[in-house]
Amino acid sequence: MTASDNDFDDGSDGPVTEAELHAWMDGELPPGRRAAVERHLAGHPEDAARLGSYRRAADLIADAYAPLATMPAPEAPRRPKWSWRPAAAAAAALLLFVAGGATGWAVRGGGPAAVVDSNTQVAREAAAAHSVFATEVRHPVEVAADQETHLVTWLSRRLGEKLTAPQLAPLGFELMGGRLLSVEQGPAAQLMYQDRNGRRLTVYLRRCPVSSDTAFRIAEVGRVTALYWHERGVTWAIAGDVDRGLLQDAAHRVYAAFNS
Amino acid sequence: MDGAAPTAGEIAAMVPRLRRYAVALVGSIPDADDLVQDVMERALASREALRDPSRLYAWLLAILHNLHASGHRRRRRRGPEVPVEDLADALALSTAPTDRSAVRDLVRAMARLPEDQRRILLLSALEGLSYRDLSEVLEIPMGTVMSRLARARERLRVMMEGGEQQVVRRIR
Repeated sequence: MTASDNDFDDGSDGPVTEAELHAWMDGELPPGRRAAVERHLAGHPEDAARLGSYRRAADLIADAYAPLATMPAPEAPRRPKWSWRPAAAAAAALLLFVAGGATGWAVRGGGPAAVVDSNTQVAREAAAAHSVFATEVRHPVEVAADQETHLVTWLSRRLGEKLTAPQLAPLGFELMGGRLLSVEQGPAAQLMYQDRNGRRLTVYLRRCPVSSDTAFRIAEVGRVTALYWHERGVTWAIAGDVDRGLLQDAAHRVYAAFNS
Repeated sequence: MDGAAPTAGEIAAMVPRLRRYAVALVGSIPDADDLVQDVMERALASREALRDPSRLYAWLLAILHNLHASGHRRRRRRGPEVPVEDLADALALSTAPTDRSAVRDLVRAMARLPEDQRRILLLSALEGLSYRDLSEVLEIPMGTVMSRLARARERLRVMMEGGEQQVVRRIR
């Protein structure tokens, strides 16, 4: 790196630098400089257009790679030499139970077979999707709650199941929006809720026709707890890094919303 | 639990997010899965070394970058680069038909960026890291964060919009 890396002088056009334009777009500009940058952009539509293009590229990056969160691995992890390396075996087991649990990996030719009933698999998918998207700052949801009607119609159509977005407001959680995910078995939907302190809960569901109805069950993946159940062809999970009591209250409300 | 090493479960919870980043960085799902497995192995073996649990993800990213840098050299010795077309196809198929060609173009363009520019673009746009976090994770000063991000964005824009033309003169 040379000193010229930090040289953002905008040439003859005045004091606003290239770095400041990016910082403005990223919400990292000190408030004192905002007015100057906005004035600059108003007078330089080509710079405004360029920033618009950067922003679209950033959105495209976020959207294009998002499906990787739940995309199945094309083949099993390929190296069979784990057995004599305990740390490697443990790492392999983690992959199986997290990424693998979510996406259906299996170890070829021996090893710890991950035989998981399909509802538990949904719970793991829910926990994995929660860990990925609940930490998102910029793109937590695909369709925001202000388009709730569109969101609900869209997810209903893709899942082939009539949905309404359950209300968790009595628990202090407001609907942020939702997204469609894809797993090996087909489409899945995630609805995200947030409370005043920024804690997030996600409701995850997909069709799971081979299961029969169950009571509420609990699964834990890392910090995320998922409470899940199966009801008339659909497996539901509610996931969050919160205490079980709150999850249970939320689960009862979600359950009631679909059985009233 | 300040000062306590992360548990295996806490490390495991990061796998989906780490895997998404690894695939985007490496440009190949199978290679990224190998890489993430190596990162997990290294992290589990040395988790006592992490003193600040709130930096778990940044620590995993640092391990990933180190392993990838050394593994990358190995792979170059081995022969041709992994094809990004498989990933471009896989991601295009998971997206709405109207966005497919943009997704393909993006995946191809990202593969042609220098590694340091690909990292910063992904950490910013995909991982949502702030400038401060970028500086910490990439171990570069703030000034370099901003200049590298600006250069990476401009280079990607030129590739996406104009093919192989000259990269802007305004960023020297």
